[in-house]
Amino acid sequence: MQSIRKWVQTIWIFLINGYWAFPFTGNLYQGPLKVICSPGLNCYSCPAATTYCPLGSLQQLLGGIRYSLQTGQYYLGTFVVGWMGILGATFGRFICGWACPFGLFQELLHKIPSKKYSIPKAFNWGKYLFLLFFVIILPLVIVDQFGLGAPWFCKYICPAGTLEAGIPMVLLMPDLRSTLGMLYVNKIIILVGFIIWSVFASRPFCRTTCPLGAFYALFNRFSLIQLQLDEDACTNCKACHKVCPVEIRFNETPGSSECINCMKCASDACTFDAIHLAIAGHRLGAATKKHNCLGSSKTPA
Amino acid sequence: MKDKNKIQKIPFILIGFFLALSMIGLALGEPTRVLEQAKSICLACIGIG
Repeated sequence: MQSIRKWVQTIWIFLINGYWAFPFTGNLYQGPLKVICSPGLNCYSCPAATTYCPLGSLQQLLGGIRYSLQTGQYYLGTFVVGWMGILGATFGRFICGWACPFGLFQELLHKIPSKKYSIPKAFNWGKYLFLLFFVIILPLVIVDQFGLGAPWFCKYICPAGTLEAGIPMVLLMPDLRSTLGMLYVNKIIILVGFIIWSVFASRPFCRTTCPLGAFYALFNRFSLIQLQLDEDACTNCKACHKVCPVEIRFNETPGSSECINCMKCASDACTFDAIHLAIAGHRLGAATKKHNCLGSSKTPA
Repeated sequence: MKDKNKIQKIPFILIGFFLALSMIGLALGEPTRVLEQAKSICLACIGIG
């Protein structure tokens, strides 16, 4: 199951970054596919990006809301929020676990051998604060003399934007190099910080900072496709606790907003068939792999 | 005891709501603006502007 997930993650990277002519054209993709919403965090200024980043677009629309209303246009962000909501209500945080390029990047970094550390649970609230302030409130409220707000999260924080767009675009367009300043240095420092943190802790950006993950997390309990716990089959052996990359206790908090639905608990830990995929509450079938349950001597119920 | 075969309605309601929201955006011509933004390099996004 986990090797399938890696393949799916890889395929998604190439689906949403399918423009490989950029080294020859010297520019990013400008075709009509860019009206399609990228499910995961993928900067639309990445030269290979073929879709738009919902977070980037939403901030731009909210920042320009005064200007658009003054000019008689009603660009309120409903198209972008609508698509984010459709994706969230359908898949919840399956997107984080299966379709996010920056999530895969962190997972690969975490494979580097080192001592591993957990992340304090209180840090999980950070991503909701980033969503509320850096994506919604600050672009709406703080505006320049023309009434335009800035994309605060993209501008000051987003390490995915630095990795996928900031570094490649500066390499691709030498003219941009003369304009680099402290803002760029600040973003490089944030990216390096998350790279180092990812080696020592599992998916730190997703768990503490990602506003898109925070948005999808709101739907995790109500999404169409979910991981569900069969309480009758669960023996509380706690095997699912030991394999979870985001340190949740699935059998105690099924539908947790922190769960990225990677299904490691179902495929690599539970031998009791207690964790399964469900669509609208209907079980899809056994998603588990039978082998000895970690830390349990009980037999399947 | 929970009815394991009960169909959950909330996801369909949510999907319907957000689909309606995206249709409103579509009717207001928002995709054109989204496309305009996505086609150009966002200097702020890459840490320059």
